[in-house]
Amino acid sequence: MHNEYSANIYGINGPVVYVGGPTDFKMGEMVYVGKEKLVGEIIALSSERTTIQVYEETSGLKPGDKIYGAGTAIFVTLAPGIINNIFDGIQRPLKGIADKSGIYISKGISVNPLDNKKKWNTHITLKQGEHVTGGTIVAEVKETESITHKSMIPPYISGTVDSVCNDGEYTIDDTIATLTLDNGGTFNVTLSQKWPIRNPRPCRRRHPSSIPLVTGQRIIDTLFPIAKGGTAAIPGGFGTGKTMSQHQIAKWSDADLIIYIGCGERGNEMTEVLEDFSKLTDPKSGNPLMARTTLIANTSNMPVAAREASIYTGITLAEYYRDMGYHVAIMADSTSRWAEALRELSGRLEEMPAEEGFPAYLASKLSAFYERAGYVTNLNGTEGSVSIIGAVSPQGGDFSEPVTQNTKRFVRCFWGLDKSLAYARHFPAIHWLTSYSEYLNDLSQWYIKNVSDDFISCRNQILAILNQESSLMEIVKLIGSDVLPDDQKLTLEISRVIRLGFLQQNAFHKDDTCVSLKKQLLMMRTILYLNTRSKSLISQGMPISILKETNIFDKIIAMKYDIPNDHLELFDNYTQMINEFYDEIIIKNGQ
Amino acid sequence: MSVEYMGLSQIKGPLVAIRGIKGAAYDEIVEMTVDDEQNTKKLGRIIEVYDDYAVIQVFEGSENLSLTNTHTRLTGHPLTLALSTDMLGRTFDGIGRPIDDLGPVYPETERDVNGQPLNPVMREYPRNYINTGISAIDGLTTLIRGQKLPIFSGNGLPHDHLAAQIVRQASIGDNSDDQLVVIFGAMGVKYDVAEFFKRTFEESGVSEHVIMFLNLANDPVVERLITPKVALTAAEYLAFDKGYHVLVILTDMTSYCEAMREVSSSKGEIPSRKGYPGYLYSELATIYERAGIVSNSKGSVTQIPILTMPNDDITHPIPDLTGYITEGQIVLDRTLHGQSVYPPINVLPSLSRLMKDGIGEGYTREDHQSVANQLFSSYAKVGDARALASVIGEDELSDTDKKYLEFGNRFEKCFVAQGENENRDIIETLNLGWELLKMLPREELDRIDTKILDKYMPADN
Repeated sequence: MHNEYSANIYGINGPVVYVGGPTDFKMGEMVYVGKEKLVGEIIALSSERTTIQVYEETSGLKPGDKIYGAGTAIFVTLAPGIINNIFDGIQRPLKGIADKSGIYISKGISVNPLDNKKKWNTHITLKQGEHVTGGTIVAEVKETESITHKSMIPPYISGTVDSVCNDGEYTIDDTIATLTLDNGGTFNVTLSQKWPIRNPRPCRRRHPSSIPLVTGQRIIDTLFPIAKGGTAAIPGGFGTGKTMSQHQIAKWSDADLIIYIGCGERGNEMTEVLEDFSKLTDPKSGNPLMARTTLIANTSNMPVAAREASIYTGITLAEYYRDMGYHVAIMADSTSRWAEALRELSGRLEEMPAEEGFPAYLASKLSAFYERAGYVTNLNGTEGSVSIIGAVSPQGGDFSEPVTQNTKRFVRCFWGLDKSLAYARHFPAIHWLTSYSEYLNDLSQWYIKNVSDDFISCRNQILAILNQESSLMEIVKLIGSDVLPDDQKLTLEISRVIRLGFLQQNAFHKDDTCVSLKKQLLMMRTILYLNTRSKSLISQGMPISILKETNIFDKIIAMKYDIPNDHLELFDNYTQMINEFYDEIIIKNGQ
Repeated sequence: MSVEYMGLSQIKGPLVAIRGIKGAAYDEIVEMTVDDEQNTKKLGRIIEVYDDYAVIQVFEGSENLSLTNTHTRLTGHPLTLALSTDMLGRTFDGIGRPIDDLGPVYPETERDVNGQPLNPVMREYPRNYINTGISAIDGLTTLIRGQKLPIFSGNGLPHDHLAAQIVRQASIGDNSDDQLVVIFGAMGVKYDVAEFFKRTFEESGVSEHVIMFLNLANDPVVERLITPKVALTAAEYLAFDKGYHVLVILTDMTSYCEAMREVSSSKGEIPSRKGYPGYLYSELATIYERAGIVSNSKGSVTQIPILTMPNDDITHPIPDLTGYITEGQIVLDRTLHGQSVYPPINVLPSLSRLMKDGIGEGYTREDHQSVANQLFSSYAKVGDARALASVIGEDELSDTDKKYLEFGNRFEKCFVAQGENENRDIIETLNLGWELLKMLPREELDRIDTKILDKYMPADN
């Protein structure tokens, strides 16, 4: 398939290989390099030389070795078998590689991206004589317990169905129907299609975001929500919990499908996801979490060029499932590693560096990536979404570096992780003062309709108290808290309750790891009710020390553990408790 | 196939270039012979090749080379290391040649020192902890078998002593029959440091289970770039082929990165941060990621790289990028060292990412995570109290803040500090933690589940 034209290597510099003179290759074309047929891509062409980036280790290549063109751009295979699987950056299944080469990933291994021997129990939905266009669903396959795979006519193809097979067992390469195309010619419909990773898959139209991606994480859902089809960035220095936050969202968010891209991160983390997600169950469906998860693992020690591609591989898979009408969330951990891969390759190409050595096209590449998110009507009329949650690993934890700054321009949700919170083991270490969400206004109607009409106002009050605390802390840092008037001391106390009892969330506690919006609302209401009652006590002249003598504040802090998620009626007891606390103080100390 | 190429076309720092070479492969090793009295032999690696022009990195440095006095021969393979279990107890130079006068190693096999990435699906998630007998590590930043946990230090801080103590005391939690093997890779360290480790290994009777790869401060710079790879190749062989538990100590990673910068700038590459090449992250990752446990072998590779932070700056590219790859870090602190606290571990920025899965019931004790969280959280507040005390004076502090000050001092003097030969077991460490927490008012202990709190600190106390 790839012997039509070839060229000889002229030079090798790390992952970059040059060919001298003019060649027949096309820009972006996939090529096979050398005797071991290493996968590469054409990234620059001129009459003097062709530049190729190679997705595998290049040691051992010699000038004069052959390069063969594949005839197509670098693509992924889209068919049943993607979910509950783990791929490298160019969609080679890691399990398949392990079968061939043991514990290490050797060079030049060719493995089919998806199992083309496996027969899938297929329900064919096409009718003979029907006119179909790109996106029309042709067959349904139960891919995993959680996901029904809907194979579609590839975009830009339209025609009339000539013949259709019956329901039955088919491999992904079997022809299940034939079309007579509108522009003449015939087309064999199979369960699979191919798509170049760098091109967004088309949709009919994009919608504004109006439905939240509920993550079960309080600080995200209440304070800084993300919409389905939205984009968010989690920046933070090392050890601040980026990966942990991403794992939590991947585990508990209400997306139908999770694509987890481990881009230049640790190998053990991918192993952890594999082990954990196989054991955990999806709260929505009760099936294992892996039944709705696909992993793309290009760990930090795998070849750098494939790291650059892994992000695109991931988002193309996500768009494909979006086209079936699913809500897909992508975890990209970490986009900084991807940016650094760009920088590394750009350096090898001797391009003129911009800020901090990053190439000047960093911003446009980032924006093109994040713009592939969205809530859309697909070509077949279904609605689906792709949400992107990208971790950013700023150098030295400094948010002013180019990747964080450019990412900030293109995402609408910013969850800034804070070192001092992480040092005090306050997790998630998302800082409420540096973070923001532009989706709040778009989503408030949804919250009012689906949760409660006071949700947004509660949220605003909570945030206001936290903001007051931070300005009070400026004073406390200078002169200590003893000199503050009692009402301000109360603000400090209430915000302590908010920080410990509400914002802090324990990922290892069975009830606290994922919390419904209803419980989040009730928690906020309880805390605010405590605030109102305490305030009124203070205004009646009760000193804060008397209030603190009761253990009501600590009781409220512990309610996240003490109230099981399926016994929300217990919140009434807490309201009762606050009333009793109020009355008791009045009786004991009142005039 | 042993064609010799006469002469060179360019010499620049540790890099030389040859024109007219045929069939040179990228990353191939070449042997060079110099026409001098000793017929000095040098090894080099091809780092760039264009048609008949190759750029070669000479491990021993380019001293004495001239454009005419050198013969170059291609070996046809990348740098390999001869491997055998006989290597235990031996000492090698920075690229794996014996320097202990005990003759060559008879290899069972030879491996490319560059290694290959471990397949994540073949990895096993590390869960068994290593008891180091050091409270600050066992209690708060637990070392797990198969982890990569660097020590971030500064010049003049006792990181070597800490590493030596870990080696002496590291016993393996569950199965003490398993033999622990230590591989020591030194990159550009002072003679005294290498000697210190050698002596420690001898004194503690482990030297039969140690392999040393030494590249000292006056050894060739380029050799340093290979030393950690050679050490890890030996480690992977012993762990995954032979089933040993291997502890790899690499010191000093800063010299390794400096060497990379030196070579990069002589190649004329575009620098990124602080002059380091853009591929620093990838290069460090290929070293650190060579740690772990795989599913079809009972051995493991645990790494403790040591790096000295230039100017004690944790945001410097070397510690920064290291922290993004490794599974946590142990940070040494000059202020604590100044107060004669040994080991001067600053627990707040220290972290062990794998700790959460290797401690608690069935591993250490059920309360371990809670105690650790509470100690971290309370010690973080000590910093605030101290800052306040320095502004308004200790007397003006509230009672709680005063308790925090006292807690902080006791924590540093009793929990973190311990003798260089003191080996505390985990129960002792946790009990010590409870002792300290009892100094604080009970309502301040907000990270501990009420049940555990009641069990270990009954309310009437």
